[in-house]
Amino acid sequence: MSTTESPTNAPGFEVDRNAIRQLADAQINVELDTGDMIINLGPQHPATHGTLRLVARLDGERVLAADPVIGYMHRGYEKLSEFRTYPQVTTLINRIDWLSSFANEVPFVDAAERLMGVEAPPRAVWIRTILTELSRIATFVLFLGEMGLQVGALTPAFYGFRDREHVLNLIEAATGGRFHPNFNRIGGLKDDLPWGWIAETRSAMKTILDACDVFEDLVAGNEIFLSRTRGIGVIPGDIGTSYGVSGSNLRASGVDWDLRRDGRPYLAYPDLDFQVWTHPDGDSFSRYWVRLQETRESVRMVLQLLDGLPAGPVMAKVPRIIKVPEGEVWVETENPLGQMGYYVVSKGATGPFRVKIRSASFSNVSILPWLLKGVYVPDIVTILASLYFILGDIDR
Amino acid sequence: MSDETTEPTEPTEVPEVPEVAETPTSAPDPDPVHVELLARIDAALGDAVIESADALGGLVVRVRTDAWGRVAEIARDALECDYLSFVAGIDWMPAPPEGDGESADTSSPVQPTTMTYGAAGSAGRFQVFGIVQSTSRHWGVTFKADVDESDPVVASWVGVYPGADWHERECWEMYGIRFVGHPALRRLYLPSEFEGYPLRKDFPLLARVVKPWPGLVDVEGMPGDEPAAVAAAGGEE
Repeated sequence: MSTTESPTNAPGFEVDRNAIRQLADAQINVELDTGDMIINLGPQHPATHGTLRLVARLDGERVLAADPVIGYMHRGYEKLSEFRTYPQVTTLINRIDWLSSFANEVPFVDAAERLMGVEAPPRAVWIRTILTELSRIATFVLFLGEMGLQVGALTPAFYGFRDREHVLNLIEAATGGRFHPNFNRIGGLKDDLPWGWIAETRSAMKTILDACDVFEDLVAGNEIFLSRTRGIGVIPGDIGTSYGVSGSNLRASGVDWDLRRDGRPYLAYPDLDFQVWTHPDGDSFSRYWVRLQETRESVRMVLQLLDGLPAGPVMAKVPRIIKVPEGEVWVETENPLGQMGYYVVSKGATGPFRVKIRSASFSNVSILPWLLKGVYVPDIVTILASLYFILGDIDR
Repeated sequence: MSDETTEPTEPTEVPEVPEVAETPTSAPDPDPVHVELLARIDAALGDAVIESADALGGLVVRVRTDAWGRVAEIARDALECDYLSFVAGIDWMPAPPEGDGESADTSSPVQPTTMTYGAAGSAGRFQVFGIVQSTSRHWGVTFKADVDESDPVVASWVGVYPGADWHERECWEMYGIRFVGHPALRRLYLPSEFEGYPLRKDFPLLARVVKPWPGLVDVEGMPGDEPAAVAAAGGEE
């Protein structure tokens, strides 16, 4: 059925069939030269948050060509979404980027609400914003610790996991799920915040700020870390945009663009006072530095949101069986890993007709063949870690 | 809860909220940003633009299939859209009901059975669409182009936006739409032995063929209940 069948089906290839099939599987688009070595990173590797396989052709220590092989976690969410109702789809998309599931739900629910003409009550919008920022903090704090691990510093990784737990506990207390909250409803939220949650959050935010200082000392101020990340894996801004690299990775390349400030207004961001951090260098270190600053900025935003949290209901009036009128809409948000968007096409049924999921990591990783050309083998891991992707977010 | 909720405060003054972002969703007069974008697109593309529409605040422009490759250059040069969000395909055909008999429709939630098209229309079953955005002007456009069903071919955007590489590979293996000028249309997600184009509407979701969709029921019948009673209780749509 495929229009470009591989030549392995041709007769006379019986002897080498397996080898050729494996090469085709590896999807190496390189000629086999003598003297070069092809190494295989993964699919299992701690730096990859899932199963990414990287096939690299080496000349000594230098990478000549690298090709990421993705799809080990492809779950076909775009197809599955067409067979499910809108409330059921939010359960699926929780599992795209599992470190910040709540932030995944927001653009999809927003898209359905825009199509239906429903507006969530202000309190629901503010709580959504708080939880989105909390998932950003949880995602970044893990990164801040784990990035140390990739250059051989074991301790920060434990700090990262420990401090992230403060935020995950908050998310669990409010939504019932540590990783997969499924808390958004079309038209609002499942529930209000529990009693005492706001005071808890305030004290946890203080802990996170302290943790940021620790990471700044321990990792960003570490001489070994600096020498392993400074000037390594440089993404120029214009190359980054043409590959669709987004989020902190792009802001670390000096592109001053943040959908929370520059995009179509969503959630409570127009009412917030916050700064967008950029770094001119575009190397691994600047990606670390930008995420460090953005974690602090998110803490500031959460505190502002807690101060201004409006009272009122958390759920608008919506029909019991949700039918979305015919239409299509593109909604994208600034998620922890970058821009996440859903192109939702509805034909007036209880489920979407087509959902195109634009996930951040997919585009962020698609730059790897360009980025890894010419780097040294030990730097591969630090570059992968500094791009910070989730395999579920690549494979969908 | 009430003791902790504070009064709704006035929105904090944010000086740098750009005017560009304030898109009226369904205003009678067209969005000035859209007007500006459309003027630039018309100047560059001329009669290659078939139709444009406003999809809840987003500008959708449908172009002729043969102009699809040129669109990328124009988007980058004339529209200052340096950022590629994605390229994807869509199949407008309604999913055919699986199996036989009136209760055999597994393609639920039940979609309409007639072919209808989205914003800016379509000439046939397949379309490609892509979104480009500007990091400096903070605007974006959705471009669409019809793709012939018998010979699904469009030009590739890889030459202009290298990030289109993976998106087009995905679109090729999911819809069978070929991109001329793509350096290597290889499989991205699926194993190399895979046959068929999974996101086409006539490709069945096997899980639903094996176990049909029960319909939107609130209560599942206990074993021993009469099927008719369950259907009457909540088996309706």
